[in-house]
Amino acid sequence: MTGKVRMDPILSVQNLSTAFKVERAWRPVVRGVSFDIGPKETVALVGESGSGKSVTALSIMRLTPRDSSRVTGSVALGGRDLLKLPDAEMRKVRGDDIAMIFQEPMTSLNPVLTIGFQIAEALILHRGLSRSAAEAETVRLLEKVRIPAAKSRIHDYPHRFSGGMRQRVMIAMALACRPKLLIADEPTTALDVTIQSQILELIKALQEEEGMSVLFITHDMGVVAEIADRTVVMYGGEAVETGATDDIFKRATHPYTRMLLSAVPRLGSMTEHARPLPFPEIDRSTGLPLPQDEIPDTVAHAERPVLQVKDLTTRFTITGGLLGRPRGRVHAVEKVSFDLRQGETLALVGESGCGKSTTGRSVMRLIEPQSGSVLLDGEDIMALGERDLRERRKLMQMIFQDPFASLDPRMTIGAAIAEPLAINKLASRSAAREQTAELLRRVGLSPDMASRFPHEFSGGQRQRICIARALAVRPRLIVADESVSALDVSVKAQVINLMLELQASLQLAYLFISHDMAVVERVSHRVAVMYLGEIVEIGPRAAIFGNPQHPYTRRLLAAVPIPDPARRHEKHRVTNEELKSPIRPLGFEPPDRLYREVSPGHMVQLPSEGPSEAGLPVAA
Amino acid sequence: MATYLIRRLLIAIPSLLGISLILFTVLALAPGDPFGELATNPNVPPEVRAALRAKFGMDDPVMVRYLRWLAAMAQGDWGFSFASRIDVDTLILQRVPTTLFVIGSSQVLALLIAVPVGIYAALRPYSVFDQIANTLAFVGFSLPTFFTGLLLILLFSIHLGWLPFVYQADIAATGWRWYWEHVRQAIMPVTVLGLFQAASYTRYVRSAVLDVARLDYVTTARAKGLSDGAVTRRHITRNALIPVVTLVALQMPAVFGGAIVTEQIFRVPGIGSLLITAMLANDTPVIMAVTFVFSCLVVAFNLIADLLYGWLDPRISFR
Repeated sequence: MTGKVRMDPILSVQNLSTAFKVERAWRPVVRGVSFDIGPKETVALVGESGSGKSVTALSIMRLTPRDSSRVTGSVALGGRDLLKLPDAEMRKVRGDDIAMIFQEPMTSLNPVLTIGFQIAEALILHRGLSRSAAEAETVRLLEKVRIPAAKSRIHDYPHRFSGGMRQRVMIAMALACRPKLLIADEPTTALDVTIQSQILELIKALQEEEGMSVLFITHDMGVVAEIADRTVVMYGGEAVETGATDDIFKRATHPYTRMLLSAVPRLGSMTEHARPLPFPEIDRSTGLPLPQDEIPDTVAHAERPVLQVKDLTTRFTITGGLLGRPRGRVHAVEKVSFDLRQGETLALVGESGCGKSTTGRSVMRLIEPQSGSVLLDGEDIMALGERDLRERRKLMQMIFQDPFASLDPRMTIGAAIAEPLAINKLASRSAAREQTAELLRRVGLSPDMASRFPHEFSGGQRQRICIARALAVRPRLIVADESVSALDVSVKAQVINLMLELQASLQLAYLFISHDMAVVERVSHRVAVMYLGEIVEIGPRAAIFGNPQHPYTRRLLAAVPIPDPARRHEKHRVTNEELKSPIRPLGFEPPDRLYREVSPGHMVQLPSEGPSEAGLPVAA
Repeated sequence: MATYLIRRLLIAIPSLLGISLILFTVLALAPGDPFGELATNPNVPPEVRAALRAKFGMDDPVMVRYLRWLAAMAQGDWGFSFASRIDVDTLILQRVPTTLFVIGSSQVLALLIAVPVGIYAALRPYSVFDQIANTLAFVGFSLPTFFTGLLLILLFSIHLGWLPFVYQADIAATGWRWYWEHVRQAIMPVTVLGLFQAASYTRYVRSAVLDVARLDYVTTARAKGLSDGAVTRRHITRNALIPVVTLVALQMPAVFGGAIVTEQIFRVPGIGSLLITAMLANDTPVIMAVTFVFSCLVVAFNLIADLLYGWLDPRISFR
């Protein structure tokens, strides 16, 4: 904070450089990074993927691979240079003076050891506690990170915990020896928004209680605004700007920082716009947004909707027992109904496990739904035979989340784009080549790239290739399943702009599945909020964001971090609630849901009596 | 767990029935039977031969014979060996312990070599130790057991005279000497089989450890300040062994098959050499019984592997 008297730093990083050995040559990844972390201070290290922020953290801990990396500079902790300590001394620092938590709670705990053992391990090592004393201390730590019924859970294995709970276990493990500094490497990136805000609140509260400093690594400017006193912006392995978080957000001087800030989707930035708006073009030299035009109205209001979904239900059976009899059902999609017009974007939002992806797949019959009807251009998809269904799938295409996994690494991108044309016998070989070139141009790539393989492209370029492949068969509807979630902010903005531009020129209808509320606000005409397999609220974008009615919608919106440090103290009301599971006993039939029309087209599910009322507080 | 075990044992019944049906049919279709040599023996009149065939039901349809075999089997009657003139179960019970002893020790030896060598090599990939281990592993599984077996016999039994090269089931000595003789004669077959298996297991352990060593929870463990040894022992080894367990179980049929060759070379009076002798004598009931015991052992080892799997990996629930 600006007014605070600067004390001696806990950790002082000077001129830190890290290089990795790649094919016998040293490739620098971090170059001359310097920053200090004061007592009880939170410093954010922010940057896009490949900016060297995680490597900086690993270098401080000396956890980079021993033989293939080289770290120079100095990392001073309490007067000692960590980079010069002998290995045995450094091990005493790790876990005791500096502790670390990682991005993926699902993979950062050892699956074959109990969480109690994994936490106690550090206590026995650094504090020399006996097994029983360590166990008692472990229970205290688990209570500290607010894990319910801590005592009965220390002998459980990690797979029995949800993602948020695992991250709490990781934090408990990190706090075990009361470290002076906690390094948190993207600790909330893999979590749902409501869980993210719980974990952020927890880290803030614990920092207060324990008086430790935090180095918080993230790519999310919203999270930075929420938690950091000071911010270091990294780009291409260098720290391009360092300063108080307020200053960085208000008076950023480096063009990259400004660009990063203008590319951040902000919730509530769309209140004055009726229609979706592309992200502003950013002038690379100044980092400031250029003036932009509104896009025309693309929605064909008068015509019959492209897609009419009525009472779509998809359930999965869970089996067990001696003969593998069904034991319960996952009600993944439960009586979901919506319409989608030509040129319109309907966003399906919700948290993991809410059934939004299953809805997208059920619409295309990639997963066979139980019941309901899906009309595409007035024709019932559910009634089609296998061959007709394949024929109709030309009209609906899908773009997936992970652009690395959705392209065949052994197929040139030209072949990948031409494949749907060949399969559907839409074009001769030479015509397909021409169309591929045209499609590549259309998504902003050059036609001569057609002979390259996917690994030669960046994540954003691969997502463009996936879009080109989807466009090859001239679809009317595109199901975009978290298509921009894995991309860096600036790339995300470009891909979204491309999607909006294609919508305007080709009259595409998008079913935009996403958990990112800020992006959804930007791109969608209408929004449907899903919870436990059901649509709890649906309506025009402005109505959902401006006047949310259902308690779950409100909770979802309140949990989104706001990229504005000035609003940090608007305390979130965070409950310690876990995401509910949609697993039901056999024969369970959800009660008939009633909807109330708030304003034209804005429907909200009424709370109904019965056991399935998802445990949400009823709106006052 | 108990439910799982019961279900697995129930599933084993139809699969063993299927295996036995196929084995029986194939043997029945194969030319030659225990009375084949009687045809060439001028002292046996054709009527006697026909009477014998009728007595043992040799001319009945295959299915009838199979069902008769199955019914007898279910009552513990394994049949009669025409060549050895004793009951098949007595014969097999004499031979099985030797085979299990030799194969079991060789597997233990293989794992005792492969696990530490594989882990050590994987933790220092492309180091001198790793290179040497890899080279030896390639040499190890390129050399067939019948070659290394003969080489060892030539060296240790004939040139140096340290070890016996004929395995004896009935050793005349008593007390410690009895054990010592057993161990001495087992050294060569166990070494040959064990080293051959160790070579391929080392490669698998190495790649499994390489996979585990770069996972996030290993970094977590190191970030806790644990020493490299503790990280390897507590966090890497158990996770890396999970896929190896499956592999060892899947290798079992090949191991038994390989043991037949090795038993033949070292004259080990095991179930494998019994099979060879029985085949040469057209002793169908013995062939049937031995191959069936092999299938039972393979099914049993797969079950043991699955149970071990669940014990090593708590994420696997037995349902």
